[in-house]
Amino acid sequence: MALSYLRSSSSRSANLLRPLSSAASLRRPISTDTTPITIETSVPFTSHQCEAPSRSVETNPSELLTFFRDMALMRRMEIAADSLYKAKLIRGFCHLYDGQEAVAVGMEAAITKKDCIITAYRDHCTFVGRGGTLLEVFAELMGRQAGCSKGKGGSMHFYKKDSNFYGGHGIVGAQVPLGCGLAFAQKYSKDESVTFALYGDGAANQGQLFEALNISALWDLPAILVCENNHYGMGTAEWRAAKSPAYYKRGDYVPGLKVDGMDALAVKQACKFAKEHALKNGPIILEMDTYRYHGHSMSDPGSTYRTRDEISGVRQERDPIERVRKLVLSHDLATEKELKDIEKEVRKEVDNAIAQAKESPMPEPSELFSNVYAKGLGAESFGADRKEVRATLA
Amino acid sequence: MLGIVRQKMLERSSKKIRPAVSMLRSYSSAAKQMTVREALNSALHEEMSADSKVFLIGEEVGEYQGAYKITKGLLDKYGPDRVLDTPITEAGFTGIAVGAAYYGLKPVVEFMTFNFSMQAIDHIINSAAKSNYMSAGKISVPIVFRGPNGAAAGVGAQHSQCYAAWYAACPGLKVLTPYNSEDARGLLKAAIRDPDPVVFLENELLYGESFPTSDEVLDSSFCLPIGKAKIERKGKHVTIAAYSKMVGYSLQAAEILEKDGIDAEVINLRSIRPLDRSTINDSVRKTNRLVTVEEAFPQHGVGAEICACVVEESFAYLDAPVERIAGADVPMPYAANLERMALPQVGDIVRAAKRACYRSVP
Repeated sequence: MALSYLRSSSSRSANLLRPLSSAASLRRPISTDTTPITIETSVPFTSHQCEAPSRSVETNPSELLTFFRDMALMRRMEIAADSLYKAKLIRGFCHLYDGQEAVAVGMEAAITKKDCIITAYRDHCTFVGRGGTLLEVFAELMGRQAGCSKGKGGSMHFYKKDSNFYGGHGIVGAQVPLGCGLAFAQKYSKDESVTFALYGDGAANQGQLFEALNISALWDLPAILVCENNHYGMGTAEWRAAKSPAYYKRGDYVPGLKVDGMDALAVKQACKFAKEHALKNGPIILEMDTYRYHGHSMSDPGSTYRTRDEISGVRQERDPIERVRKLVLSHDLATEKELKDIEKEVRKEVDNAIAQAKESPMPEPSELFSNVYAKGLGAESFGADRKEVRATLA
Repeated sequence: MLGIVRQKMLERSSKKIRPAVSMLRSYSSAAKQMTVREALNSALHEEMSADSKVFLIGEEVGEYQGAYKITKGLLDKYGPDRVLDTPITEAGFTGIAVGAAYYGLKPVVEFMTFNFSMQAIDHIINSAAKSNYMSAGKISVPIVFRGPNGAAAGVGAQHSQCYAAWYAACPGLKVLTPYNSEDARGLLKAAIRDPDPVVFLENELLYGESFPTSDEVLDSSFCLPIGKAKIERKGKHVTIAAYSKMVGYSLQAAEILEKDGIDAEVINLRSIRPLDRSTINDSVRKTNRLVTVEEAFPQHGVGAEICACVVEESFAYLDAPVERIAGADVPMPYAANLERMALPQVGDIVRAAKRACYRSVP
């Protein structure tokens, strides 16, 4: 267990340990205590072409409890999606993020909604981190009108433009040049904000990534490339795909940082550091050492290319939610029961959202032809039998 | 003495013989000659001046003044923040441009030729064309991809392909094919102003050709509608539908056909997607005969789509089978004689039109 310093007064901690006043009040507000606490990351950062930030991270009880709640919510959401997929309510592709929650949550803690995030297809939790609702997630997964893309996108195509979340991309690696383009636009518009372009260890070998990185470095774009290294590109382990799996060093002339992606505080520190760097000096690479409990997608059991011992080992030693639970308990920020209650609340929220999503209808048939263009110009479009089904695009 | 008079008369009469092509057009007022290159350049100037979100990106567009000088003078006027020279990395810079469009900027991406767009085609189709649909309208992509398309002269197989049919197959894209300077100005301005991804297919051999352009066309507010074809030459015996350079060839073919008493109607498609099916069908319902002309490979081409739609919509009006003239079904050869055989010539269009009119044995 890392060393930590508790600066809050004893009376305040006594307040936090006060049990719930009555059984009837099931909802308990998350602590709004923002007294600073400094906690050390699990491991120090390893850097490439730059000075690593300190492993002492400033946080506070409110933030830690928010981390716990948000990650528990994401975890529950993904597990519920697993069940819905097996019940055939979700079709096609479904790539789950459970195990990797600390990356989404730690990143949000370091940035604002003016900063942009773009990722690949394992996007459900990233979307929620950007402010997406559970209803929008489940409805989209089930192809319903209440979905964030009105049921027309599916699991891999979640977007939330009003909080600068640009998807949700199905083509491995494509999101990296797109993310550098977002950074270009931020610099062009003088917005003083940055873009985080997330990709996996599988995508890390894509040529277009290096093309985009070269241009970003030439033009000093505020682009932060974040490799979510869960060590497997579908069924291929990193050592079988990359001659050099030190992804944080692959930028060559671009600085990089290797981060424990299972430690939300380390992620937060790294993202904060990266944002400051990118605004001043151009691109930087963050490699998040993380892990996914599920297989690549719902079609992949995830155990043909890795051992069950490895998976349970990570869950035992490095689970991001358990890490925060231990921190919260050891700092007396909440009791075990309070944390369990949060988990129960979160479970209920997820169940309610699923019930609501199931009520949402499928899209109207006319939606087949909507949004082909932003400006349809009255062009014609056709169904499978053009003598039977035609539309004029608005 | 008589010789001089005869010579003077010849001179005077030769001055009256204008290039046949321009007599077939009607412009509103006294026309200024403008090359397609100048037309594109002026359109870019005007749109960059009108909207600070418009920027240019591509290889050699800045300091080199453009590989084909289309972007000449723009770096000097708008600076390196808005005219960006890229490394030779189409996938990278196209993806960057599409990302910038997601954020709300208006990139104009130059491909040195559309053959190189294949390196970036995933971004054109999957990142640009489909985004508005997949996001249910939240992420629109106001981007233009432009550059020379199709055959040039002697550049060989890898540098001569026409991509109109490939891009026009994809819902979510708009595909434009200007022919003359009026088209170049009006369609490029429309493309830049359009909120959707537009593939703008120019032609290298047309860049240097001059066309008369009226004051209306030269005005900075001039714009042509996307999705509307133009009847370049009205006729009544056969419809010839073409795009880009083949419009010029079709007009020459029409001249020749006129001498044989065949009055051809030449349609300049201007827009491959959306395709102006109603103008094409209206024309065929009038003439009852159709010839499509394209430089591209014949299989699954633009001509195939036009023929199918005419057979579907206007079958009862056809008095002859539809005819397609296209590039030869081979990679483009280098030798001049073979290259000539690989591309439609005016004679091919004339022959096909006569066949459609039952004037010669097929």
